[in-house]
Amino acid sequence: MTVSKLRVRVTGVIPVAPAIREFRLEPIEAQLTPFSAGSHVIVEMPGAGRVLRNAYSLLSDPADTGAYRIAVRLQESSRGGSKFMHEQVSEGTELLISPPANLFAPSWQGRKHLLIAGGVGITPFLSYIPEMLRRDADFELHYLYRSSQTGAYREALADQLGERYFGYDSATGERCRLEKVLGGRAPGTHVYVCGPQSLLEAVRRTAAELGWPASHIHFEAFAAAQPGEPFQVELAASRQRLEVPGESSLLEALEDAGINVPSLCRGGVCGQCMTRVLDGDIEHRDSFLSEAEKARQDCIMPCVSRAAKAGLTLDL
Amino acid sequence: MRLHPKPIQTFRDDFSYSNSEEAIARFPFPFPQDDYMYSVNIEPHVTPGPEGSVFEHLLDIDEHYLSEMAERDIVLRENAQRCLAMPHMDVACWDLIERAMTSLAADYPQHFSLVREGERWTWQNRLLDIHDSFTFGDSSTLPLPPLEYIGRQLQGDFALLDQRDGDLFMDAGIVTCPADWSLRFDAGMSFSEWHGPVPLAHEMGVFERALKYLTAIPVGRPVRRLNWTLTINARMDSSPETFPSWGSDRTTVTPDNVGEKVYLRVELQVLDRMPRSNALMFSIRTYLMSFDDLVTNPDWARRLHRVMKTLPPELVEYKGLSRFHPAVVEWLSRFDPAN
Ligand code: HEM
Ligand code: FES
Repeated sequence: MTVSKLRVRVTGVIPVAPAIREFRLEPIEAQLTPFSAGSHVIVEMPGAGRVLRNAYSLLSDPADTGAYRIAVRLQESSRGGSKFMHEQVSEGTELLISPPANLFAPSWQGRKHLLIAGGVGITPFLSYIPEMLRRDADFELHYLYRSSQTGAYREALADQLGERYFGYDSATGERCRLEKVLGGRAPGTHVYVCGPQSLLEAVRRTAAELGWPASHIHFEAFAAAQPGEPFQVELAASRQRLEVPGESSLLEALEDAGINVPSLCRGGVCGQCMTRVLDGDIEHRDSFLSEAEKARQDCIMPCVSRAAKAGLTLDL
Repeated sequence: MRLHPKPIQTFRDDFSYSNSEEAIARFPFPFPQDDYMYSVNIEPHVTPGPEGSVFEHLLDIDEHYLSEMAERDIVLRENAQRCLAMPHMDVACWDLIERAMTSLAADYPQHFSLVREGERWTWQNRLLDIHDSFTFGDSSTLPLPPLEYIGRQLQGDFALLDQRDGDLFMDAGIVTCPADWSLRFDAGMSFSEWHGPVPLAHEMGVFERALKYLTAIPVGRPVRRLNWTLTINARMDSSPETFPSWGSDRTTVTPDNVGEKVYLRVELQVLDRMPRSNALMFSIRTYLMSFDDLVTNPDWARRLHRVMKTLPPELVEYKGLSRFHPAVVEWLSRFDPAN
């Protein structure tokens, strides 16, 4: 069976730090699929007028398929996803999520693993740790937080990991000296970072200065929450005007309007759906067109790409 | 399944393999146009696909099931290295067991059943008379290593690719019917390394784009593509390891015997994300059809002639057709009125 979206019900909401809540998601009809350490899901939030999509790491033990757990930090400056989760979601709320995807898997061949978490960036490591313990992998957790806001799960982690746990609370002035954490490590050591941009950059810089190979430095990356913002298209040949909603691709919107565009991969690689653009700015998201072709702004792969601004006029 | 497995036929020696009319009708003819060139021909494998077609289910079981399982047994007995799994691929092998058993039991309940009580699983394969209980994830509770155990019950070859650093590595597989490539040789290689011998496609950017797409495949959304070549006689095992026993078959083709000697070999390749390991499953389900059977469909006969006649020389050479390509084109020309 092909799975595109899973319907889940929130069966538990618990505060795990002053600014962080954990949500427990249970399936409504089908079963949840197992997942691999480091996976995330994209949660759809039916906000005011448009659907918001945010990616959240699964923090449960991968062996537990009864429920998925995610943790959300309230970000005052965000597009509203975390606000929605904190203010509108409670026990019993139904949500749609994507199946798990993983762009932050551990390199299991590594001889030693250094996990560096900043604040709510602890979440992917909560799925790493049970798996690393099961596989008897050699690892350390370095956890940077500010106890007035973040620092979720730190007591349990300290208890569970003993000497493998290193905590740094910036609210009490504890600093993590990255040169010390990253320096003098044996070849074959891998480092994984998840947290604020400033932490990612600091780790990248320090590791590079210490001569770490780039292939041994891993960053949490989320699949872009697709598709994106709504926009309008004018179809010059058939004299029509369409709205492309935020939750569908341009290709889907064309198909819904009964306009037949050939397609194959529906993922921006095969080139089948190429369509001529007569006017408008394109946000190219495919990997079919060359950079030069993209710069010409005269054709689009509607299965993935969208209008950069207000709208597009297509030769259809 | 509408096609019940036939009694065992052979893919070697006397080559008793044959296709029924129903098998001919559902053959995945791979040419959408009158010419052929490499492209990123990947599309979502949305199941259930058209009823009765080879695309209906995740894994297609057809009338050749018993024959292919018997052939796999012969190959594995000759050379155990045709099934390999590096130690870090153990979880991926169990992922495949789960995916295969749950989908076979759901799609072909008359032949397969699975009962799960927590980690205690009971599996029945009535076609092969298998009835086993085991603990999921514990390889010591299976009669064979996990990949060989499940591979001996599935038609087609399987590779399990480990995904690291945005690339795929051929770290496990069971490959007994390859179109002239070796698992043992490719083991541990990356996506562009094992595709090294393929002409033109690297320069066209086909592999770079394909790899990006493959590494982003999420759980539950398999994709598929078709690949093809020509094989002399209905020989499943055309591997480099056994080249001495089949290489010279290529010299036996004459303009008179093309219809019975030459087979179109189509691979239905499905790529599916394994949930626990994040590995990618790559299945290669091979369909063999003699030219005599193919030309019973006039549209196929005409198109096959045009494709063969215009096939780029680099592909003729790479696919190993040089010796008999002229005979094939000549034989097919009688089915193409434009000629
Ligand atoms: C990740 C899964 C894949 C595996 C394990 C795989 C494996 C292979 C192997 C072993 C060969 C034979 C190379 C040789 O001559 O030694 C091959 C050929 C080839 N592969 Fe892949 N492949 C994969 C995915 C793809 C995809 C997604 C494409 C999409 C374009 C592709 C395109 C090709 C082409 C065009 C050839 C040449 C085939 C011919 O002309 O007969 N492969 N592949
Ligand atoms: S359908 Fe393949 S690039 Fe759009």
